[in-house]
Amino acid sequence: MMDELDRAIINSLQGGFPVCERPFAEVARQLHTTEQEVVSRIGRLLESGILSRFGPMYHAERMGGSLSLAAMKIPDSDFERVAGIVNAMPEVAHNYARDHALSMWFVLATETPLEHAAALERIERATGYPVYDMPKIREYFIGLRFAA
Amino acid sequence: MTAITPLDEIDRRIVLATQSGLPLDPQPYHAVALQAGVSPEEVMLRMRQMLETGVIRRIGAVPNHYALGYRANGMTVWDVPDERVDELGEEVGALEFVSHCYQRPRHLPDWPYNFFAMVHGHDRGEVERQVSCIAALIGDADRGHEILYSTRILKKTGLRIVG
Repeated sequence: MMDELDRAIINSLQGGFPVCERPFAEVARQLHTTEQEVVSRIGRLLESGILSRFGPMYHAERMGGSLSLAAMKIPDSDFERVAGIVNAMPEVAHNYARDHALSMWFVLATETPLEHAAALERIERATGYPVYDMPKIREYFIGLRFAA
Repeated sequence: MTAITPLDEIDRRIVLATQSGLPLDPQPYHAVALQAGVSPEEVMLRMRQMLETGVIRRIGAVPNHYALGYRANGMTVWDVPDERVDELGEEVGALEFVSHCYQRPRHLPDWPYNFFAMVHGHDRGEVERQVSCIAALIGDADRGHEILYSTRILKKTGLRIVG
């Protein structure tokens, strides 16, 4: 269970974490607690899965990488086989089942656009289904602060 | 197009040392420095630079939204006129319950949608209210939309570069 301090830490950390000698002490000062308390609370929130990550969020495309959404129409009867093939590819960062004829949606993360094209081709060959490539044309907003 | 900021060897070492997370050490950037084989001052300088250039979107925590009670996660997809998508993207992206918002290519005739907005609610009722709110904002530019709920997470890993 989370208490008030956990919630305050989560809400504060969604807004950013300082780059300085003792950043946890800085966060602790704002939340009227101690550095040690902030460090151990973050550790516990990560362990219990309430936080899925703590650290820098890198922007793949700005590093020259390629990040792209793609979808496939997979019949229920073949879904598990195809999910196995797609999940086994290291380039696939996320994969979700969605309630639609286009039933499998995954994000490909590669270091170059060439690797991206090669990965799509491998998926089509291995699964026998066409991939609907949906790279973003424009990004308008990323980042939501979930109220903890 | 997104500007590419080339990473040098030191940046790469810092990325490798931090991409799975910051160490839970009172001096986390010192711990990263030890691992990357550079000085703590260099690590902090580089990370500030990467924040400035946008290579690092932000440093902080990502809550598991399911664990916080946001169990209904809808990918809402919209068919809007191409010439209006920029203007609508800015407006929809500014809504507080929208976490990601993109223009993407259509795949006609199967997939007429060119605008995606991810929304998150505690239940599907909340998501549907959010979608009505987006629909009202888009107005007559809304030529059709759907909500695709995720029914299962098949795989979820962070982004990785290899060393």
